[in-house]
Amino acid sequence: MLDGATPSVLDVKDLTTTFKTRVGAVHAVNNVSFNLKAGELLGVVGESGSGKSVTMMSLIGLVPSPPARVTGGPVMFEGQDLLTASNEQLRKVRGARIGFVFQDPMTSLNPVFSVGFQVMEPLRKHMGMNKTRARARARELLDLVGIPDAARRLDDFPHQFSGGMRQRVMIAIALACDPKVLIADEPTTALDVTIQAQIIELMKDLRDKLGMAVIWITHDLGVIAGIADRVLVMYGGQIVEHAPVRDLFANPRHPYTRALLLTVPNVRGERAQRLRVIEGQPPILRAAPTACPFRDRCEHAFDRCSRENPARRLVGPVHDVACFWDPETGASSDV
Amino acid sequence: MFDDSTSRRKLVSVSGLKMYFPIRGGLLRRHSGDVKAVDDVSFDIFEGETLGVVGESGCGKSTCGRAVLRLYDLTAGTVLVDGIDISTMGQGALRKIRPVMQMVFQDPQACLNPRMSLADIIGEPLVEHTRLSKADRLARIYELMDAVGLNRDFANRYPHEFSGGQRQRIGIARALALNPKFIVCDEPIAALDVSIQAQVVNLLEDLQKEFGLTYLFISHDLSMVRHIADRVAVMYLGKIVELAAREGLYRDPKHPYTQALLSAVPEPDPVAHDTANRTILKGDVPSPSNPPTGCNFCTRCPQAMEICRQLDPEFREVEPGRFVACHLFNENETAG
Repeated sequence: MLDGATPSVLDVKDLTTTFKTRVGAVHAVNNVSFNLKAGELLGVVGESGSGKSVTMMSLIGLVPSPPARVTGGPVMFEGQDLLTASNEQLRKVRGARIGFVFQDPMTSLNPVFSVGFQVMEPLRKHMGMNKTRARARARELLDLVGIPDAARRLDDFPHQFSGGMRQRVMIAIALACDPKVLIADEPTTALDVTIQAQIIELMKDLRDKLGMAVIWITHDLGVIAGIADRVLVMYGGQIVEHAPVRDLFANPRHPYTRALLLTVPNVRGERAQRLRVIEGQPPILRAAPTACPFRDRCEHAFDRCSRENPARRLVGPVHDVACFWDPETGASSDV
Repeated sequence: MFDDSTSRRKLVSVSGLKMYFPIRGGLLRRHSGDVKAVDDVSFDIFEGETLGVVGESGCGKSTCGRAVLRLYDLTAGTVLVDGIDISTMGQGALRKIRPVMQMVFQDPQACLNPRMSLADIIGEPLVEHTRLSKADRLARIYELMDAVGLNRDFANRYPHEFSGGQRQRIGIARALALNPKFIVCDEPIAALDVSIQAQVVNLLEDLQKEFGLTYLFISHDLSMVRHIADRVAVMYLGKIVELAAREGLYRDPKHPYTQALLSAVPEPDPVAHDTANRTILKGDVPSPSNPPTGCNFCTRCPQAMEICRQLDPEFREVEPGRFVACHLFNENETAG
């Protein structure tokens, strides 16, 4: 449903984030490039420490600097480079043109203000609405995200809501100013499966209704399979594979993606006698990458993998992979 | 493999287990109600098997696991471990039984003392419960570290120097120290990354084979439980709603809650996602301090009937080895 002609709303080039720590630098994000098309849902998968959250935080200036240093770019959004934009300009983008939903709705909501106040806040700050209009709009928003009896619940406080309902409130806040892009960072990880299913349905529904583009960060391949149009797989601070969702699951190219798909047990279909294991630990990113970050855990690694960091190469119309190995021939690509 | 489960020896037998936590309020801290965390639960665990307990947060699965080990004083019910009734036993007597039953906790960061070295952590149960000499103890510690795949050189390091998966291995080694028969694993993989989860689950399986262990495996991850458990109990709001052998439960779930729970699990296959016919439950889990009248699930059940709002369904065996607490199956019984 999305073709090459759909315009990009967000275009990220060579984003790199380094953190200074007492024991040396941590290269959390390395040369990450991707684009986001209007109305699409882009999934970002990876383990903890793979750089998926830091990437998204970096591009809208939400990583504290110092210790972080964000370089590279540009990150083009609505005609301006977010990396060179002033704080003033960024503040107009954040929460208004780009909305956020974080993992834990209890820690992202302020416990001492009513939910209504918090939904009204962006409306009053960014849209300049007065109290009455903002309140009416807040009620509409809570209705939209499926909170029953919205008018009465505006005056309730976050602790009076359940986890799933709190996440709905967060979504309402993120949607308040009708954003172009919504970044959802593990929005269902803290929720139970039955509530997760509700939130996923809600997000799909809202995306169709409002037509915004969504970046959905998760570690759960099952969630990605159900919701994403395109997927970025991240490992060791880099994008190792990028493909449309069906392509990725039907024809994974990177050894990490392939292994990841095999380690996850399923509730339906065949039950494996024994789980496949990816041996070893994810890398600690002490130095700028000069080799493939996955080489120590990769069953196909050969010498070139530890000499050189593979660049992303196209293997299909919109499918690229950062790996020298070719799963079809079993051979490594030419030096 | 466990078809003849009725003839197998029961290692753990739980009947009518209730665990209520009092709610006290007001100036005089008067008892104003109870959180019914576990409300009349019965099950058996056979020697050498893994019983999986699944459910959403707040359903009482962890409380159930802790109550079985008598980490709480029970409100009601009996728990037999290895033929001994531990439900009303005093702390002194209980202490002598502890080596038989151990626990692996969810958060390996929180359950390891940051000021103790790995050898001290794994050796602590040996100090408490055995009279081994220092050298023998160290030999045993090394043996345990080998068993769980930790390098012997790490013995003098501290927990913060290890990754999540390694810390979980330390927790497992500690649980194994006294040659237990029965281990309660409370969400042992929930805090770990996907690629590390498989490592820990495989380790638990290997250890089970090697030492003939019996597990009570508590988890909210239905796909992992399908992998590791022989039989599975599904809990909802303090009660077991369904208990069955793994294959039967996943292939043909009987209770409407089990059906909804399984259909809510996102499947790592985009094609199946588009064609799947999902049951999406409405609403939230009610509070265990004020459960609904009748069946606990009646507020969210897509198939709720009149009787469900009046009468709590009985937990009964509908097929050999298969227990369900639902009026749908009582009706079938009387109609047929």
